[in-house]
Amino acid sequence: MNKAITYSMAAVLLTATTCSLAGSCQSPSAFTGQAAINTVNATRQSAEDQKILHLLNRMTFGATPEDIALVKNIGIDEYIRQQLDPRSIPQNQDLNQMVADLPVISGDPMNLMMTYSRQVLMEKAKSDGAQDKEAIQKQIGKTYQGLHQQMLMAKLRRNIESPRQLEEVMTDFWYNHFNVAANKGAMDRFLCGSFEQQAIRPYALGNFRDLLEATAHHPAMLFYLDNWQNTAPNSAGSRGKLKGINENYARELMELHTLGVDGGYTQHDVVALAHILTGLGFAPPKAVALGRVQPGVFGSYFDRNRHDFGDKVLLGRTIKGNGESEIEQALDMLAMHPSTAHHISYQLAQYFVSDNPPEALVNRLSQTYLHTGGNIKAVMNELLHSPEFWDSKNVAVKYKSPYRYAVSVVRTSGAQITDYKKLAGFVASLGQPIYGCLTPDGYKNTQEAWLNPDGLLKRIAFAANVARGGLGQVPDNELNRVEASVAPLLGKKTTTALASAREPQKAGLMLGSPEFMTY
Amino acid sequence: MDRREFLKAGLFSLGMFIPGTQGWAYSNGKQNGGHKLVVVFLRGAIDGLNVVAPYGDERYYQIRQSIAIPRPGSEGSLLDLDGYFGLNPALQPLLPLWQNKQLAFVHASGSPDETRSHFDAQDYMESGVPGVKSISTGWLNRLLTQLPDNQSPIRAINVGPTLPRILEGPATVGMASGALNGNARPINLPENSPLMQMYGNRSDALGAAFRNGVDAQNQIAGDLNNGDSAGGGDDRMMRASKGAPSPVAFPNFGAKIAKLTHDPSVQVAFVALGGWDTHINQGASKGQLANKLTGLGKGLAEMVKAMGSDFENTTILVMSEFGRTAKENGNGGTDHGHGNVMWVLGGAVNGGKVYGRFSSLADRDLHESRDLPVTTDFRTVLSSVISEHLELSSKSLAQVFPEFTARERLALLT
Repeated sequence: MNKAITYSMAAVLLTATTCSLAGSCQSPSAFTGQAAINTVNATRQSAEDQKILHLLNRMTFGATPEDIALVKNIGIDEYIRQQLDPRSIPQNQDLNQMVADLPVISGDPMNLMMTYSRQVLMEKAKSDGAQDKEAIQKQIGKTYQGLHQQMLMAKLRRNIESPRQLEEVMTDFWYNHFNVAANKGAMDRFLCGSFEQQAIRPYALGNFRDLLEATAHHPAMLFYLDNWQNTAPNSAGSRGKLKGINENYARELMELHTLGVDGGYTQHDVVALAHILTGLGFAPPKAVALGRVQPGVFGSYFDRNRHDFGDKVLLGRTIKGNGESEIEQALDMLAMHPSTAHHISYQLAQYFVSDNPPEALVNRLSQTYLHTGGNIKAVMNELLHSPEFWDSKNVAVKYKSPYRYAVSVVRTSGAQITDYKKLAGFVASLGQPIYGCLTPDGYKNTQEAWLNPDGLLKRIAFAANVARGGLGQVPDNELNRVEASVAPLLGKKTTTALASAREPQKAGLMLGSPEFMTY
Repeated sequence: MDRREFLKAGLFSLGMFIPGTQGWAYSNGKQNGGHKLVVVFLRGAIDGLNVVAPYGDERYYQIRQSIAIPRPGSEGSLLDLDGYFGLNPALQPLLPLWQNKQLAFVHASGSPDETRSHFDAQDYMESGVPGVKSISTGWLNRLLTQLPDNQSPIRAINVGPTLPRILEGPATVGMASGALNGNARPINLPENSPLMQMYGNRSDALGAAFRNGVDAQNQIAGDLNNGDSAGGGDDRMMRASKGAPSPVAFPNFGAKIAKLTHDPSVQVAFVALGGWDTHINQGASKGQLANKLTGLGKGLAEMVKAMGSDFENTTILVMSEFGRTAKENGNGGTDHGHGNVMWVLGGAVNGGKVYGRFSSLADRDLHESRDLPVTTDFRTVLSSVISEHLELSSKSLAQVFPEFTARERLALLT
């Protein structure tokens, strides 16, 4: 008995969680004899289950029975270690094949621009025999829509099926951090998937400076935040629409990507950074085809003729005007600025721990960020092992975003989605269209942003629909699957309600329960 | 049985819901006899200088060579307002309202905070407390707490899928998003149904959201199904979403709002429309901005028309987070600026007038030599509307806009 109780002491914090989640809790001292030992063991077991579910719900897009079995087998620390090193986990071959088969995801962005830019498609439509303007527009629109559907399917499939779940979650996190909207214009309609694949995914658990470098040079970003037009006034290359400063990217680079809005920069710094960034754009597809222009990484192109070669003062430091290396200096400064460390740490802690992340945790993560030169894996390792991450008051307190909710319903139910368009449509109807956040700040990740009466009702209806196979066949053992992943989290009211429900309704109700809305 | 109990009871009896009937709202109604406020927020910072353009200032044409709209009198030219300002021709449908003196503008208005961040600026305009980030409620919600509580789940209607900052706060808000594609249906949930057991008695935010959702959906379904349909489906709006579709993607926003606000229990309504961040290729009489303004003007005119006699008791405010640079940039567009123009429409508006202090577009008159200055605080405009239209006391007004006292009265309403 003593042994059993001592054994369970380690889980006191977690038992407290059990109480708040289950709505009923009795202290072990209320029991005696063998019954008490059984109860304590059961509590310990359920505490362990809850711990695993907490870990999985935060590190993945939703716990599945397979994940739970894996963690039980290899242990929590080993699971974290593997997920932080995605290449150590064998990738699902179907997914690899899917990506390889979709040039819009895996293709070189320069090739994509040369294949899908509006001008190229227009010429193709004409040579295909499209007669009038309307027919041409229709054909172009159809091409873009097809590509968009491929991108949505690829993202959903990887988020649902990939065994490298943390890589998926981090890729989603960083895409949102460096958001690019597919509906900005022609370029981003076919470049979002490539942006994610080439500029975000390889660095999602890598170094922040690399992420910054990649996003700054991908044509999706250069188009989305207008920097391709940013031109030194009166420069040799200034012409037509490319004849003046455009501050858009410079501002968001500091406000959203690095320092944060209160990160200590001024309008002067925005202007200075805009001047530093003059001339950075993408290679014009036509000029590339004619061999007149040699594209840089991802099809970017630094046009010296449109660059301002004067000296600039950024954040109090003088940057000598000498061309492209100014941009590297500026990105170096921004990446390792303490405000950036704080901003990134805050965002990660808000995403993984709590809507109002503990300041002490954010400060520790910032320190780790700075000590390791912006190593994201090191910061995440610290976060996932932090007492704050495991603190019972931070368990099941995050309200799922519509996207996370939808994907978690699919993962947990085991539904074999056949209609990805429908799934994406549901997420969009809740205000979070995939690749469709118009503004560069990305979607919010808080309960405040997503909990509303209308959205909640839609989720409940969606859960019931998925559970009865409305979006694709569900496995015969669906109810067992859902129970394994959800039951340990259910409170008394939900358990009572389920007891009175008809059997075929149960899986849908569990997926639509208050407990499954949070994670 | 009060209204709320009636609604609750209505939930449990299929098909028994009867849409709101005149007379229930405002039982203590002297304070404001069914007066309503509709706020249309233009996210992305609309270029106010091309909405109400100072064609009387020669400099307008010098610093906006490719985007200025020609002086009144020629093809695609400004519609003269008062001999100095002209209205963007895309807003032609609103001209009759101006002539009826039911439309006014307040130029060079906006937030005193100088941020040029869309997100901070929208935040401040919606919280109503510029420069203070710790305020978590929005001014429109605080306004509700000062109006007589008619216990309806749709005292405030948000037209869009996510709750905007301006409506965050203690008062309940009805979300009309399912309603937009015309498929709002009443929900019938017996008390002993598993969902009611799971959610019905929860004391947390999820329980409250669930109950409000069921109440609101029933009432909105009733309102929208009352009479003929207000136009086709809005799939496109959903696609362009984030709560702020462009007026082109959501052309019948006006008719929908008119229909919803016809319910006497609705006190305020909010819709956000996006797509105004015209850094590139803004266009002049034609082009990007003109296309969106056409949708906006048409939608607003339809809203007024569909409101019918409700318009007498309604004020519609159109606002945006900040204006854009006075000069056009190197890409045929405009960058983030400061002062802007606010629009006020209503049956009781002292219209046909451009309010505010507008000096000129000369560098010396511009904020930081680049933007229209803010000479009228947006809260001065809002305070005028709220105190005159909704008859709120100065004490209540201080709850809506803490830390602010209007230094002038605009007398925007008759």
